[in-house]
Amino acid sequence: MTSYLEANGRERLQKLLDVGSFEEFLPPQEKISSPHLEQLGIPAAFDDGVAIGRGRLKGEKVFVASEEGAFLGGGVGEVHGAKLVGLLKKAQKENPKAVLLLLESGGVRLHEANAGLIAVSETMRAVVETRMAGIPVIVLIGGSNGCFGGTGIVAQCANLILMSEEGRTSMSGPEVIETARGVEEFDSQDHALVWRTTGGKQRYLLEDCLQILPDNIDDFREAAFQALNCYGPITLEGMLEENKLLADRIAKFGKAKDALEIWAKLGIQNPEQLPMLEIAEFLEIAKHHRAGDLK
Amino acid sequence: MNWKDLATLLFPNGYRIQEDNSNLMGEATVGNKTVTVIGVANQAQVGVDICLQHATVILNTIQYHPGQGIVILVDSLGQFLSHRDELLGLNRYMAHLAKCLHLARTKGHKTVGLVYGEAVSGGFLASGMMADECYALEAANIRVMALPAMARVTKIPQETLVELSKSNPVFAPGSSNYYKMGAIEEVWSLQDDLGLKLKKAFERPIQQDKRNMLGIERGGRKLAYPVVERVLTENT
Repeated sequence: MTSYLEANGRERLQKLLDVGSFEEFLPPQEKISSPHLEQLGIPAAFDDGVAIGRGRLKGEKVFVASEEGAFLGGGVGEVHGAKLVGLLKKAQKENPKAVLLLLESGGVRLHEANAGLIAVSETMRAVVETRMAGIPVIVLIGGSNGCFGGTGIVAQCANLILMSEEGRTSMSGPEVIETARGVEEFDSQDHALVWRTTGGKQRYLLEDCLQILPDNIDDFREAAFQALNCYGPITLEGMLEENKLLADRIAKFGKAKDALEIWAKLGIQNPEQLPMLEIAEFLEIAKHHRAGDLK
Repeated sequence: MNWKDLATLLFPNGYRIQEDNSNLMGEATVGNKTVTVIGVANQAQVGVDICLQHATVILNTIQYHPGQGIVILVDSLGQFLSHRDELLGLNRYMAHLAKCLHLARTKGHKTVGLVYGEAVSGGFLASGMMADECYALEAANIRVMALPAMARVTKIPQETLVELSKSNPVFAPGSSNYYKMGAIEEVWSLQDDLGLKLKKAFERPIQQDKRNMLGIERGGRKLAYPVVERVLTENT
């Protein structure tokens, strides 16, 4: 087994796809890097923190992108975002089975503030357009930086998310909230609190991700393959359904002070034990208590 | 700017907008047509509740008012920073609103955004930036983060950022910088006839996302467009 969490962005691609099948678009040799970092005295990366290309997943043609969390926290800059947009637009022309986005990012790269924000917006638009073209967009989350800010929105624009227990996704990082609102609002040093607020198990129980997986790239590979046939476009019916799910969520859990309260409301006995359970044990309990199942 | 003062200038033929806790929802008349209005006032932060309510209005418009235009008014200091919003999954709510706005576009609803105050990150991504075209008043303050906070997070001296922001639209807040980078279609002045400007915006056809093209034409964002084109023409 290979840990998804510990692998870097390129290693994840190598292990996720069929051996030797990854063909990169704009590889590092072409040295396409950010035009904004040099003046700040920050070394650029020749891939601007994201590898994009095509490959095969158990023989099926897929397009892929993988963000490198170690480079500026996976932040989306002008070139990084344009590579994602280019990939998604190229997918609309070449019609692969799906586009897989391995996201690990804190959102907008602050070093390129305005250009990064616009790049995230263009990526959101390209994701929904790719879906409208009938090509599923599948997001994988399991890196140590999680998937936050604008990239968290990009992830939820996709068809579905596959996530490990170690993955985290939401909007604002706990440090940002603590800095703005104080430690009483969100204690960023309380790792158990941070994890149960935005970690994979909470997101799975609320149905913000389709599946929760062990921290193993082989499991991501199998789950991504199973997901390739998922339904594509954004429809009125789909949005009405999501609207109801999200309205119910506020009605039922909007006053909860902690994830543990939500899990208890979902009917889980001894919710405080959930964080300790291995994925298989967790699923035995959790699969009958997801938010969508709560009538 | 107060939203009612703006609405008076923007909708001379009338509006029926309710404000509930800085959340704006309702209808207005543009030319002789009714449009749906959603928006945020008083620099409010956007959390799960506002996103859901706005998405619900958009879905109602799609269902019961086919083709009706949509106006998005933006004066927000960004996403609501709270434990509750993170717990409930604010990114999902924002993406839901963004998807609903895109669905409206594909069903022929022209959407026009207008930044009339602040527009910051999460308060802009799933609203004005998802519109077909987004406009801004001259005095509008669009940004990701204020320079002092940016200096703290990036550990780059504030003086360096201030100096760079004089020549580089990437760093400095403001509607003219976002215009140069292609994200703002046009900057409007309060001396303009805003009612007429909005009417003209609604007369334009629904378009593809052309912000990266505008960015290169206007010289504010030079690499986004060529990088996309290079990916598209790569033959490997």
